[in-house]
Amino acid sequence: MKEKILTKNFGLKNSFKIDVYLEKKGYTAVRKALKEMTPEQILDEVKKANLRGRGGAGFPAGVKWSFVPDVDKPKYLCANADEGEPGTFKDRYIMAHDPHLLIEGVIITCFCVGIHHAFIYIRGEYEAVALRLEQAISEAYEKGFLGKNILKTGFKLDITVHRGAGAYICGEETGLLESLEGKRGYPRLKPPFPASIGLFQCPTVINNVETLSNVPAIILKGADWFCQQGLPGDGGTRIFGVSGMVKNPGIYELPVGTSLRDIIFKHAGGMKEGKTLKAVIPGGMSAPILRADEIDLKMDFDSLVEAKSMLGSAAIIVIDEETPILEVLKAVAKFYSHESCGQCTPCRIGTSWINKIVKRLVQGKGEQEDLKAILRLANNILGKTLCPLGDAAAMPISSIVEKFNDELESSLIQ
Amino acid sequence: MSPEFSEQTKKKIKEVISRYPRMEASLLPVLHLTQQEFGYLPEEAERAVAKMLRIKPVRVREAVTFYTMLHSQKKGKYHIQVCSNLTCSILGAEKLIDYLRNKLKIEPGETTADSKFTLSTVECLGACEAAPCMQINFDYYGNLDKKRIDSILESLD
Ligand SMILES: Cc1cc2nc3c(=O)[nH]c(=O)nc-3n(C[C@H](O)[C@H](O)[C@H](O)COP(=O)(O)O)c2cc1C
Ligand code: SF4
Ligand code: FES
Repeated sequence: MKEKILTKNFGLKNSFKIDVYLEKKGYTAVRKALKEMTPEQILDEVKKANLRGRGGAGFPAGVKWSFVPDVDKPKYLCANADEGEPGTFKDRYIMAHDPHLLIEGVIITCFCVGIHHAFIYIRGEYEAVALRLEQAISEAYEKGFLGKNILKTGFKLDITVHRGAGAYICGEETGLLESLEGKRGYPRLKPPFPASIGLFQCPTVINNVETLSNVPAIILKGADWFCQQGLPGDGGTRIFGVSGMVKNPGIYELPVGTSLRDIIFKHAGGMKEGKTLKAVIPGGMSAPILRADEIDLKMDFDSLVEAKSMLGSAAIIVIDEETPILEVLKAVAKFYSHESCGQCTPCRIGTSWINKIVKRLVQGKGEQEDLKAILRLANNILGKTLCPLGDAAAMPISSIVEKFNDELESSLIQ
Repeated sequence: MSPEFSEQTKKKIKEVISRYPRMEASLLPVLHLTQQEFGYLPEEAERAVAKMLRIKPVRVREAVTFYTMLHSQKKGKYHIQVCSNLTCSILGAEKLIDYLRNKLKIEPGETTADSKFTLSTVECLGACEAAPCMQINFDYYGNLDKKRIDSILESLD
């Protein structure tokens, strides 16, 4: 029997209040972790659970935590709630409907890694959600789950909610750190990785909101159970955010590995009346596009790599036949040229040139050479930039031009 | 001339600074509070913030010019930000932006003569399930069509 891990409380009245959370056995995982387990045991369990990062890259959370060195410096946790990847809105649901689930995950993670100050970096536009988080955090302090002596175990932890101010690049983990230090969100060169040198030059764990929200269930029910909910090497469920031309856009929590076709046609109700499927972006805008005949695949990290796309944030954007592919290309090109931070030349110049060429295509002034130029520019960005935003721009753009070449050619000056 | 912060904002700023291990890390939250107080971030406000956080004014300017939510120019009383990213486009955002341009007689980036509305287009607001959508000041409005836009704008005084 598969269960809901992340969205089980969403339908309850006042699900965001601590009393409701406690009634549903919330914070029992914290009790178990702090009172009955050692940090090493927690780390083992999370590693065994194969909890892969829900922010985009899918890196195993337990392995990431184990990279934090034992040095005589403060350590920090940053919960990444920047949620800027177009198509993605799942973290907003977690924080608005069950903020204590995230807080509980944060507490256990911090106890495991030896962290006493955590930040939740939330995108600036989510002001109302940030307020709700702050209220939840003060409730948690009042009940003794945060503060100087948590559950009288001597463990101490503070959580600070930090609002961004509108910049996609601050979702990239080192851009986030720079931003949190009060600077422009310019990504840092890696290595060193944040686990060893992160916030204020101290060891820092950065995890997505959904990743952290899985931790309480792993502690309570164990790694084996968690793997059974998804796939052996990619445990648990995902919150799939479906948007675009479907009947019922929204969030669907389903096992990792659920078929993309089923998500669209069974869970999200299929296409809107009278529309037919043309293409799907399966993992947020950074993910290469899939044609309608390519959606019979399992939604897990490895299957999507095999399909030459990416599970990313599991945000599914559904595109119908009537939407010109040029409109999709235009939105993608515009987004990345707007959001490139400008630090490295291939990304700064490449994204803005591509955007200019695409604008020309939209005006009906495109020439044969233009499609090739887009591919050439994208190829000159790929793998040649400081942070992964460059690849995140190049990959979907090339995939659109390659897979929909015929349609794009028909829009050119003959 | 240094701008006058209200006692309440001063108190809030002090409290916010205390939440960070280093003062300069509170720059964004302090700028949010400052912008709330003055409606925008005039140069004097930037300087006042720099002084408060003991950083160079250029550091504040760097932030203000980088983040799209921070502005050095006054905005209208209501800042209408329409999402023009992919999901919203598929579901007709462009037509709605045209509708707003005609209705308010301004282009994106401009403010109406009576300073009531500023119109902007923005990238994904993280509310694609309710596309097409927009944000007015801090409120989200989804599933928009022309009629709904009319009634939303009418409800704002
Ligand atoms: C341009 C860019 C934007 C990103 N935006 C986000 C984001 O909004 N939220 C997020 O959790 N991760 C985002 N990421 C991924 C983070 O860099 C990082 O991998 C992630 O937060 C790690 O957490 P996880 O291992 O739990 O997924 C982004 C990455 C890039 C390159
Ligand atoms: S790849 Fe783009 S976003 Fe990343 S650092 Fe370089 S210019 Fe900035
Ligand atoms: S595309 Fe408009 S809110 Fe995401």
